[in-house]
Amino acid sequence: MSAAVELDAVSKVYRRYGPGRRAGTLKSALLGGRLRDLAPRETLHAVAGVSLQIPRGAAYGIVGRNGSGKSTLLKLMAGITRPTAGSVQVRGRVSALIELGAGFHPEISGRENVFINGVMLGLTRREIERRFDAIVEFAELEEFIDAPVRTYSSGMYMRLGFAVAVHVDADVLLVDEVLAVGDERFSLKCLDKFAEYKRRGKTTVLVTHGLDTVERFCDEALWLDAGRVRTSGDPRRVLHAYRGDVETEEERELAAADARARLAVEPDAGDGAPRDDPAEAPAAVEEPAPAAEPAAAPTAAEEAAPGDAPAGDEPEDMFKAAAGRWGDGPVRIDDVRLEGEDGPAHLFQSGARLAIRMRVTAPEEVTDFVFGISIFNAAGVCCYGTNTDIERYRPVVLSGAGEVVFVIDRLDLVEGTYKLDVAAHRRDGVQYDYHRLLHTFRVKSQTRDAGIYRPAHSWEFTPNIRFEDPDS
Amino acid sequence: MLTSLRRLLRHRELIRTLVAREVKARYRGSILGFFWSFANPLLLLLVYTFVFSVILPGFRGGELEPYGLFLFCGLLPWTWFASSLLESSNVLITNGNLLKKVMFPAEILPIVTVLANMVHFLFGLPVLGAFLAWYALDGRLPGPLQLVELVWLPVVILVQLLLTLGCALLLSALTVHFRDIRDLLNNLLTLWFFATPIIYPMALVPAGGKPLMDMNPFAHLAISYQEILFYNGPFGHWKWLLALGLGSLALTAVGYGVFDRLRDTFAEEV
Repeated sequence: MSAAVELDAVSKVYRRYGPGRRAGTLKSALLGGRLRDLAPRETLHAVAGVSLQIPRGAAYGIVGRNGSGKSTLLKLMAGITRPTAGSVQVRGRVSALIELGAGFHPEISGRENVFINGVMLGLTRREIERRFDAIVEFAELEEFIDAPVRTYSSGMYMRLGFAVAVHVDADVLLVDEVLAVGDERFSLKCLDKFAEYKRRGKTTVLVTHGLDTVERFCDEALWLDAGRVRTSGDPRRVLHAYRGDVETEEERELAAADARARLAVEPDAGDGAPRDDPAEAPAAVEEPAPAAEPAAAPTAAEEAAPGDAPAGDEPEDMFKAAAGRWGDGPVRIDDVRLEGEDGPAHLFQSGARLAIRMRVTAPEEVTDFVFGISIFNAAGVCCYGTNTDIERYRPVVLSGAGEVVFVIDRLDLVEGTYKLDVAAHRRDGVQYDYHRLLHTFRVKSQTRDAGIYRPAHSWEFTPNIRFEDPDS
Repeated sequence: MLTSLRRLLRHRELIRTLVAREVKARYRGSILGFFWSFANPLLLLLVYTFVFSVILPGFRGGELEPYGLFLFCGLLPWTWFASSLLESSNVLITNGNLLKKVMFPAEILPIVTVLANMVHFLFGLPVLGAFLAWYALDGRLPGPLQLVELVWLPVVILVQLLLTLGCALLLSALTVHFRDIRDLLNNLLTLWFFATPIIYPMALVPAGGKPLMDMNPFAHLAISYQEILFYNGPFGHWKWLLALGLGSLALTAVGYGVFDRLRDTFAEEV
């Protein structure tokens, strides 16, 4: 079977200009005749030496982080940009769903725009007439098709664009992250349409961050990293490698954010930083964060755990509002470290072991002390809190340096970002040293369950209720 | 050149559709709607006639009667020319999403701009015709209408189309890289307008200015329109017109060539 799309050592170099060239001015070209000013200062290899073959009828998924060159690769396949080096060959009619509704004119009706958009995508008027009803029905815009497009909601706009594009009947369909169009039902409809394409032996190339979609839908996948192919082939294998890499990166970012947070509330901690594991806190050493910078990890606010209940009248981002450290007592918490099964970590699978290791010092002997911890989710809800006093540990004596370890054997939290309070205080509540929301960790989960806490559970059914095995 | 012509031919459906869209969308949403296509040139004419008959009556030689008709002969084509150029200098930038996100033959954009403005020009012709008829019935024309001369009208229009296309292709491609052109063009066109015998007759140009005027391509077009539609007597300017036609053809070829050279850079620069 011949390949529908064939890329051979394709590179695309974008030029980046110095600040003087930003406006693209004639002045710099004319004044002094220094045409060299127009020469690019820097180049950016958006795609670097990519070779791939997509067999006819395949569904091909391209994954990668933002800025890894996925969209550029798609544009090269679509012929929108030409490669700087290498060759691109696409056999058959191409339809690119890169920007939906590009070329819609706001002033004229949906009906007319369907025709114009169709012609732009290479259909003849007659072909469009034949498909018109199907397009409108697919877009679910029967009532509004004669209204000017400027009155459409953005969802309607996208749906119409999508409907026209998928009805072009291309041999090769290039899709760039458009499944986020409209509600879930419409997304499913889009996937159905792709599946139909696949059944009819057409080729689909899908660029998306929806890894589940790639896993379910694609026959082959490619992981693009900084313009290069990291690996390609079986989707499960590629995605596994990609996910692993993303987690490593995430772990590193959390560690850095954590270190920054501590540094932000404790300006003199710069001296203490080297005693941290340097690999754990590289950012803390290199760039002390200004005190004004929000102490929370950037992911905390954006990626609230699925199904998080809005936390009543609490501020929306508890973390940024409240992070800090206070207390000036005879017991100090010098260091807090999160540990998983294999040492320090910030990323935990739901149900895994989590140990919170605190290094404490008391220069003089103390006889009244309590250690406590609380775990908060991104909505600021306290998922769990306890201390030694509540659990009836009576303090006897603490002097010099020591370690307190709080071990959670099964971290049964749902996926999301969490923050910790740790504290040492007197039994009557007077704080010795309180770390408020300074330590961040993230819980990952294969299951997309909702809420806060995952109790150990199982399902049972009488024999007349049958399911397929969930793991198959 | 031939291959690019063939390519344009293949896209004629797209061009047709887009021109129709431009023309339709222009007045969509306004109360008078399509009527504006006629009202606009009429209002323009009224403004200029008012200025040069009431405010500055001594400006012209005196024998240019009816002055409104004379003005219209030059103004209508100039509007086509000037707005085509202004719009096409911007057209690739404003339609950047088409170039970046869809497989779209970029040269279609300036072509559509020129053609859509030509349609508006053609809509203005009946208004001009009505004026002509009205003055003829009123007996205020300088001489009897010579209908034979009208066969030259399509030729003039064709020459103007070529000239405008050539300029539009060149401008649209260059503006992507040198955005200053847009502002420069605005002022240049104002200068060009007054340097062209539109509001004054060629006869008023002093002898020293003649060679300069001969270098102004639009002067030949304006004179041609005026000789065909306004002045009495045979159309004597045809040699100039044909020469301009050849020059415009060459310009279009050059414009297309430049456009083609720069084509690959558009998607990145707009």
